[in-house]
Amino acid sequence: MINTFVILLLFQLVGEVIAHGFSLPVPGPVIGMLLLLIYLMVKPDAAQKLAPTANGLLRHLSILFVPAGVGVMLHGQRIADEWLPIVVSLVVSTVLGMVATALTIKWLQK
Amino acid sequence: MNPDLTSIWVYLSTSPLMWLAATLLAYQLALALHVRARANPLVNPVMIAVAILVGLLALTGTPYKHYFDGAQFVHFLLGPATVALAIPLYQQLAKLKRHWLAFLVGTVAGSATAVVTAMGIAWLLGASPAVVLSLAPKSVTTPIAMGIAEKIGGLPSLTAVLVIVTGIIGASLAQFIMPRIRVRDDSISGFAMGVTAHGLGTARAFQVSAEMGAFAGLAMGVTGALTAVLLPLALKLLGMI
Repeated sequence: MINTFVILLLFQLVGEVIAHGFSLPVPGPVIGMLLLLIYLMVKPDAAQKLAPTANGLLRHLSILFVPAGVGVMLHGQRIADEWLPIVVSLVVSTVLGMVATALTIKWLQK
Repeated sequence: MNPDLTSIWVYLSTSPLMWLAATLLAYQLALALHVRARANPLVNPVMIAVAILVGLLALTGTPYKHYFDGAQFVHFLLGPATVALAIPLYQQLAKLKRHWLAFLVGTVAGSATAVVTAMGIAWLLGASPAVVLSLAPKSVTTPIAMGIAEKIGGLPSLTAVLVIVTGIIGASLAQFIMPRIRVRDDSISGFAMGVTAHGLGTARAFQVSAEMGAFAGLAMGVTGALTAVLLPLALKLLGMI
C-alpha cells in the first residue's frame, strides 16, 4: 500500500513539474496519469501490484469532491439570484453532452 | 457553554481534526442514506454530504476557509487518485487502441455540445456575463475548470461549484439516459459520463463496472486537456473575451 502511494505521488510530482515547467494548461495529475500509463505499457507486471491500493482509492473517488462542493456556501447570494438559468443550463447541457458523446462514438464504431 | 466546553471548542476549531472528521462522517452518513434508498442514483452521496456540512458550518458560523483547512487533506487525494486512473485504463488498453478515433471524435462532439448549450441557455434565460463564462468549463475536472475560468474571465470558485453540481447531475442521470438512447456498451456509456461529468461521473461509473470506470477516467483526462487548449481559443476567435 505504501509502495503504491509512493509511486502515485512520484508520478504526480513529475507531472506537476512538467506542467509548471512548460506552463501547460493541463494539470499535473493528468500528466502523471499519462506517464504512469506509459510506464505500465513498458512494465506490465507493475499493474498487478498497484491495482489493490489504486482500486481502493478509486472506489471512494466521490468523497474527494466534497470539500470543493462545500464551497457552494461562498456563492449563496449569486446562486439564489440566478438559480433558474444555472439549473436549466446545467441539466440540459449535461444531458445533451452525454447523448452527443455516446451516439457519436456508437455511430463511429459501426 | 461553560468555560471548559468553550476552551475545548476553541482548541478543536483551530485544529484541522474536527472538520476533517466531520467531512468523513458526513460522507458516511450520506452513503448510508444512499444504500437505504437502494442505491438510487438520485440520492447522491456527495450532494447529501455537502448539504450536511454546509448546514453544520452555517450553524456554527464557521467560514469556508476555516473548514477547508481541515478538509484539504481529503481534497488533496484528488491528485493521486487521478494518477491512479492509469491502472484501470491500462487494463482496457486493447479496446482503446481499436476505437481511439471514435472516442476522440466523440469527446470533441460531446464537449462542444455541452459548452455551447450551457452558455446559450444561461444567456437566453438572462444569467449575468460572469455566470455565463463561469459555466463554460463546467464539464471538466475541477483544477482544469478553475484554470480555464480564470483565463476567460469567469469566477474560478463559482466554476468549482458548478463543476461539482454538473458532476452530480451527470452521475445521477446517466443510468436513465443510456438505455433510452440504446447505448448498452459499458465503454461507451462510461466514456460519455467522463466527458460530461468528469470525476463524479467516473466515480459513479466505477460503481457499475471496472470497464465503465476506466473509460470514464480516460474521458475525463482527454476532455480536460482538449477543453483547456480549445475553449479559451474558441471564445477569443468568437470575440467573446
